[in-house]
Amino acid sequence: MLSEASLAEIARERAKYPPERARSALLAALRIAQAEHGYLPETLVEYVAGLLELPAIQAFEVATFYSMYDLRPVGKYKFCVCGSVSCFLNGSDGILAHLQERLGVGLGETTPDGLFTIAEVECLGACKDAPVMQLGDRYVETLTPESLDVLIGQLRGGRDDVR
Amino acid sequence: MYVNGVTLRNRGLPDSHRIGVYRQTGGYGALAKVLQGPMSPDQIISEMKLSALRGRGGAGFPTGLKWSFMPKGVAGTKYLLCNADEGEPGTCKDRDIMRYEPHRLIEGMIIGAYAMGARSGYIYIRGEFVEPIRTVEAAIDEAYAAGLLGERILGTDFSFDLAVHRGAGAYICGEETALMESLEGKKGQPRFKPPFPASYGLYGQPTTINNVETFASVPDIVLHGGEWFLKLGKPNNGGTKIFSVTGHVRNPGNFEVPMGTPFRDLLGMAGGLHPGRRLKAVIPGGTSTAMVAGDAMMELAMDYDSISKAGSALGAGSVIVIDDSVCIVRVVERIARFYMHESCGQCTPCREGMGWLWRVLHRIENGQGREPDLDLLQNVGSRIEGRTICALADGGVAPVVSSLRLFPEEYEHHIRQGSCLVTDSRSVA
Repeated sequence: MLSEASLAEIARERAKYPPERARSALLAALRIAQAEHGYLPETLVEYVAGLLELPAIQAFEVATFYSMYDLRPVGKYKFCVCGSVSCFLNGSDGILAHLQERLGVGLGETTPDGLFTIAEVECLGACKDAPVMQLGDRYVETLTPESLDVLIGQLRGGRDDVR
Repeated sequence: MYVNGVTLRNRGLPDSHRIGVYRQTGGYGALAKVLQGPMSPDQIISEMKLSALRGRGGAGFPTGLKWSFMPKGVAGTKYLLCNADEGEPGTCKDRDIMRYEPHRLIEGMIIGAYAMGARSGYIYIRGEFVEPIRTVEAAIDEAYAAGLLGERILGTDFSFDLAVHRGAGAYICGEETALMESLEGKKGQPRFKPPFPASYGLYGQPTTINNVETFASVPDIVLHGGEWFLKLGKPNNGGTKIFSVTGHVRNPGNFEVPMGTPFRDLLGMAGGLHPGRRLKAVIPGGTSTAMVAGDAMMELAMDYDSISKAGSALGAGSVIVIDDSVCIVRVVERIARFYMHESCGQCTPCREGMGWLWRVLHRIENGQGREPDLDLLQNVGSRIEGRTICALADGGVAPVVSSLRLFPEEYEHHIRQGSCLVTDSRSVA
């Protein structure tokens, strides 16, 4: 179910831990599997458990405990907007309202074209750059309605390196 | 004043994250002093004690004392961990150390490993910090290539391996034993203590864990001596400390200043309040610490003992500034949501209590509060505190109880008028 590249990456993670501690690589293996498939269907969670020779329940426990695992499909771009206190004091509610209006979907929903999902998350640890969101591998900082409109336009145009 | 002089000294230099720049500015000089000087592990630990460096992750436990707890001559691997699961609302300093000064963190860990006899280490970084993770991983690779990590470091018989472990989204993993569970590939649920990590930590082996900023303070302490560091700050509150100043300020940021710096000066560094605004309240150490009234805060110094005397805590130095434009009930409702979301679910008072607090606050904020709700909040809070395995629940209670004490009129207005005192006064004006 996983590409050679993903399997090699999991093997590199596995090597960080003592030989008898395969379970330590579970968080990483699930992350790598999700990166390839976009989300974690049940069969994939079971497959990852098998890869590390762990009971499936251990992989399900982890997949359901941590917030970064998506158990259902999400958009190509998942806007994880921080709504904790420093971002809240700097207008995160307005940012979320603007996103919902602009994209025509609510919190936790995905646009019909499969491009965008909007999520509100708790503290991202970038409070001085509030309001902030996580977008894939990076943070987008000091968000404004205007900067979001530019960002959405660029992402629709196929660019995903915008800050 | 010694500003941005210890852990963030190189932040303004181009390529400050690269080993070459770090070395040009004296980096890895402390490690050379330790290994080639040589300094004995006991000498290092006594300098650490003298420095009065206290844990920068929030608990403020003396680092030298913690290091001295590691047992000697035990079988098996001893582990050294770095807690980089930065996630307490208001805290954003470790991210900058990892982005701009990863080698300072790594050097601090190598010295710590030598002092405590640890053979293996992990830096547990929250999963959302992908860019800092890549920076730290690249720095670890550079350190291996330079012979500063791995077998026989700098030609001595001391060896230490280091790797990054990525989290996957859970505030509770910043609790040290939950972090160890997570490193073992489990749900991040705190362990009952004792046993403490020094006797039973990662994989059941002796383990020490420190925060990013704590480790990044180590090279300078070793290089210049514990006394030098102590004198940067105050007795029992040694050194400089990064304060993340966020919220209602004009120039939010990380400011590394001596312990004991007046809050007033720190607020000035952050550009002060927005024009025409009055300081209502400050959360001095992250949302798990009690709120302090604005006027009282203006007279306080930023160190562990001063803030503690004022009934709050310095925490991780996460200063959240709140002006008079916002309703305290709304702010506290938002903070309570965080603890409800982040409770790991293990202890009943926290799993049920955090949600209970939020629901009562939510109905007060939305004009559906009842007279007895204020007593109810106090009552629920007092039945949570001290009855859980870790400190998350106590941290969730602190902002609720302290804001009730400081701003009862805002809560009462919500309950009696069904509307917000702040918005109502604005429309009257």
